[in-house]
Formats: sequence, C-alpha cells, structure tokens
Amino acid sequence: MSARRPLLLPTVLAFGFAFLYVPIVSMIVYSFNASRLVTVWDAAHSPTLKWYFSLFDNAQIMGAAWLSLKIAAMNACGAVVLGTMVGFALARYGRFRGRGLLAALSTAPLVLPEIITGLSLLLLFVAMEQLIGWPEHRGVTTITIAHISFSLSYVAVIVQSRLAGFDDSLEEAALDLGARPAAVFARITLPLIAPALLSGWLLSFTLSWDDVVISQFVAGPGSSTLPMVIFSKVRLGVSPDVNALATLMVLIVAVGVAGSAWFMRRRELTRVREMQLAAAAGS
Amino acid sequence: MIERLRNSLGRKAVVSVPMIWLLLFFVVPFLIVLKLSFSEALLAMPPYAPLLTWTHERVLAIQLHLANYHFLFTDALYLDSFLYSLKVAAVSTLLCLLLGYPMALGITRAAPERRNLLLMLVILPFWTSFLLRVYAWIGLLKDDGLINTLLMSLHLISEPITMVNTSFAVYVAIVYSYLPFMILPLYSNLEKHDRSLLEAAADLGAPPWKVFLRVTWPLSIPGVVAGALLVFIPAVGEYVIPSLLGSANQIMIGRVLSDEFFENRDWPVASAVAILILIVLLGPIILFQRYRSRELEAAS
Repeated sequence: MSARRPLLLPTVLAFGFAFLYVPIVSMIVYSFNASRLVTVWDAAHSPTLKWYFSLFDNAQIMGAAWLSLKIAAMNACGAVVLGTMVGFALARYGRFRGRGLLAALSTAPLVLPEIITGLSLLLLFVAMEQLIGWPEHRGVTTITIAHISFSLSYVAVIVQSRLAGFDDSLEEAALDLGARPAAVFARITLPLIAPALLSGWLLSFTLSWDDVVISQFVAGPGSSTLPMVIFSKVRLGVSPDVNALATLMVLIVAVGVAGSAWFMRRRELTRVREMQLAAAAGS
Repeated sequence: MIERLRNSLGRKAVVSVPMIWLLLFFVVPFLIVLKLSFSEALLAMPPYAPLLTWTHERVLAIQLHLANYHFLFTDALYLDSFLYSLKVAAVSTLLCLLLGYPMALGITRAAPERRNLLLMLVILPFWTSFLLRVYAWIGLLKDDGLINTLLMSLHLISEPITMVNTSFAVYVAIVYSYLPFMILPLYSNLEKHDRSLLEAAADLGAPPWKVFLRVTWPLSIPGVVAGALLVFIPAVGEYVIPSLLGSANQIMIGRVLSDEFFENRDWPVASAVAILILIVLLGPIILFQRYRSRELEAAS
C-alpha cells in the first residue's frame, strides 16, 4: 500500500488519544494547584496537596463515598449471581421455554436510556409502597435493586460469551460419569468462567459507583451517593477538591488495570513456558 | 428418578429466579409508566390520579387518556427539545464515526504487540467516572478555562470564546464520552477482516482509497451500525451532559423529562415523555438487538 495511509491513521490515532486524555490529565494537574480559580496556575504555592486534605475533611463527600462503596459492592455481588444464571441458561440450556423472553429482557437494560429506567423503577417503588408497604423508604435498598437490575445484563453478556467460547464436552463428560449438575457447575464450569465473573463483578461495581441518573430517581432523603453529591456540587460551580477526587479515582483505576495486565502477562508467559517444556519433553 | 426431578428443578430455578427479577423490575415498571402516561396529575403524594378507578366511566377515561400526549404535541417546548435531542444525537454519532473509524482502523493496523495496549487506552477512560470526565470539560471550555487562556496567550483571539453552556460544548462532551462505544465494535469487526482480500485488491492495482471503499468499508458495515446505535440511543436520552454543559435555551428531552418530574412534579406528563422517547427509539433498539443476537450466535 502507498505511504500515505500509514501516516494518516497514526495521526488520527494520536489526535484521538489526545482528545481522550487531555481532560483527564488537566484534572490531575490542577488538583495540585493552590489557586481556588481552577484554571489559574498559582506558581508560588503549587504544587500543593491542600485539596486532598480538604477532600478528606469533607464529611459529606466521605460519607457519600462510603455509601457508594457499599452499594457498589452489594450490587456487584447480586448482579454476578443473577447475571451468571442468565448467561449460563442462555449458553447451556439449549432451547427452553421462555428463552426468547429471557434473552430479550436481559439485554433490554443495555439499550434503554438511563432516564427511562430510573423513572420507571421509581414509579414501581412508589406503587409497591402503596400496595404492600414495601419498600418503606427509598434509599440504599432501592438504589441497590435498581443497580442490580441493569448491571446483571452486563454480567449475563460477559458470562454467555465466555461460555460460548468453550464447548460443553467437559461438562457432558462429567455428567455422563454420574456427577450431579451442581457439582459439575462448581468443579468445571465455575473455574472456566472465573475470569468472566471477575470482570463482570468489576464492571458492575464501576457501573454502580458511577451512576448518577438512576440513583437520583430512586434515592430517598439522606441517601445521596457520591456521584449525586458531585453532580449537585458541580452544577453549582467548579470546585477544586473534585479535581483531587478525580485524580484519586484515576489512580486507583490505572493501578488496577496495570496490575491485571501484569497478571495476565505473567499467566501468558507461564503458559508459553509450560508449552515449551511440554514440546521439549515430547521431542 | 428423584435425581432427574432435582435436576429439572435446578434448571427451572436457574431460569426463573432472574426471569422473575427482570419481570418485576423491568416489565412491571414499564407497564406502570405506560398506565401513568394516561393518567392525570394531582396535588397529592403520589401526585397522580389513582390508576384503577376509571373503569366505570370509559368515555371520561378516554378523554383523560390522551390529554398528556395532546399537551406534548401542542406545546412547542416538547417538540423542539425532541427534535433538538435527535439532531444532537445524530450529529454526535456522525462525529464519533468520523473520529472513531480511523482510530479503530489504526489500531488494527498497528503492530500486534502494541494493539492490546492501544485498545486498553481506549477502554481505560470508560472505567473512570463519566461524571468527572464531563466535569473536566468545564475546566477546559470555560471563558477563563484552559483553551481560552491558551488561545489568548498565543494572541490568536483577543476575547474569550463562549463555549460552556452552548450546543458546541454538548457535542464535544457527547463525542468524548461515547467515543469508546464507537471504537470497540468497529475494532472487533475490522480485526476479523481477511488481510489477503486487501492485499489481493492492492495487487490487482487498486489505489488505497479504492481498496477502502470497495473492500474495507462494505465489510465493516455491521460494526458501523452497532457502534452508531451504541452512541445514538443513549445520546438521545442524555441528561448529565446537557445539564452541566448545555445552553439554557435549548434543552434536551432527557432534561425535560427530569424537570417535569422533579420540578413540576407532573408525573403523568413525565411518563408520557418517557413513552414517546421509547417509541422514537424502538426502531434503533430493535435493530441493535438483532445485531447483538446475530453476534452471539456467530460466537457460539
């Protein structure tokens, strides 16, 4: 191919990555800026950690972060259980009654605008409260239920496509040898899909930790999650401690991603080495 | 025999537990929204006329039925913000495609050992808070923000350009937030292309642009459709971005829905808006579902 194309694509790629990362980098840089004006660099007193201290002193933000953390963790566990059931049924049960319905229902949350999901869930909770008196108040429980309802779809997709990558001959063999389905699932299927469960858990956690629209609908008084607090703070004006918060969150994600990349690479290397050993032994 | 019974019970449980959950937390809520959109607002808690009392006076009920929808079509505010949302979503989708396509292609053409790193760089922003990344743009686009300060210190402009609270800022933030959703399906499509087709076309004398138009582009249409829908559908209902960066004069439909709900406490009108959004998005959603089920079939 001509020399022009190899030049064009990397240029666009570089521009695109600059577009994706300049905002994030600017937040990190300004989180160390002493000036209250977010965009004026106060060279005399910077870099400073004062926004980090004011962040940790902010009881409202810390309380909301703790609440979000709890909701995100409960959501991730619930979503992994229900999502795995859906993914497993769709991938392994062949044609069963209700398959089409389950498949359609489990993917609907992926494509529904959040604002509609939020509105409809709140209306459900209000109607349930009128009819059966539960949930008595909107808060942690209703937010968690709402988050599980959309997170489980992501887990189902991940589990289903992971299972689609393996044929079921191992499971069939174990069943033929008389193992109970529950045992087959625990001893064979679960280890196979463990990476999918982990990424499903992390994705669900992130989705919940990040959600503002749906939470805003189904939250009650006194149950403001971290994104809700940030959203109302940011709407009133820019505040520098939000930069510090963003920097911490980017740091955690970056460490997590780098760690998992290192782990996968090591596993890959081990596998290559084992294969080399096997080849050497065989020859 | 007992064993088989237990197995089939186990299977039933695995299917029915999530099924009940999804019916209760997706189908029932949707039916309530639908019902409520035909109801009447009241100054009470909950602020709408009871759902199940209209059966005796069917005629009256039918009048009430269409009142909310009639209202939406007669007040220009709703139609305008609907059209504005569709325009914003369509233009943003196009911009995402223009930027995302060459990026996805660039990643597939990169050296194999660098491909995973580049892909990770696309996904990474997705794992950091969406809200905070949108917030970052306020700092960049403000009158005394980074971009204006930079342009003024370079003497390219003498007055700051107003970018926050304009449609421009909304476009930038939507393209920025949804770009990974465009790149990822495109990449997974482009990656599967048979390189020998491209080489054959080039060997037969086709210039690169012709190879692209005749081979790469037609093969990538499913990826383009998937990426476009993944951007377009959520962008129509987008709420956070226009709230933080959009203009007060042109509001998107997601904002209208939330204002009707939280500010005016007119739940029936908010429900009617939700139903209309769903009707508009039904086509794209079905298209996307069909694409996804085909992808899953192909994988298994």
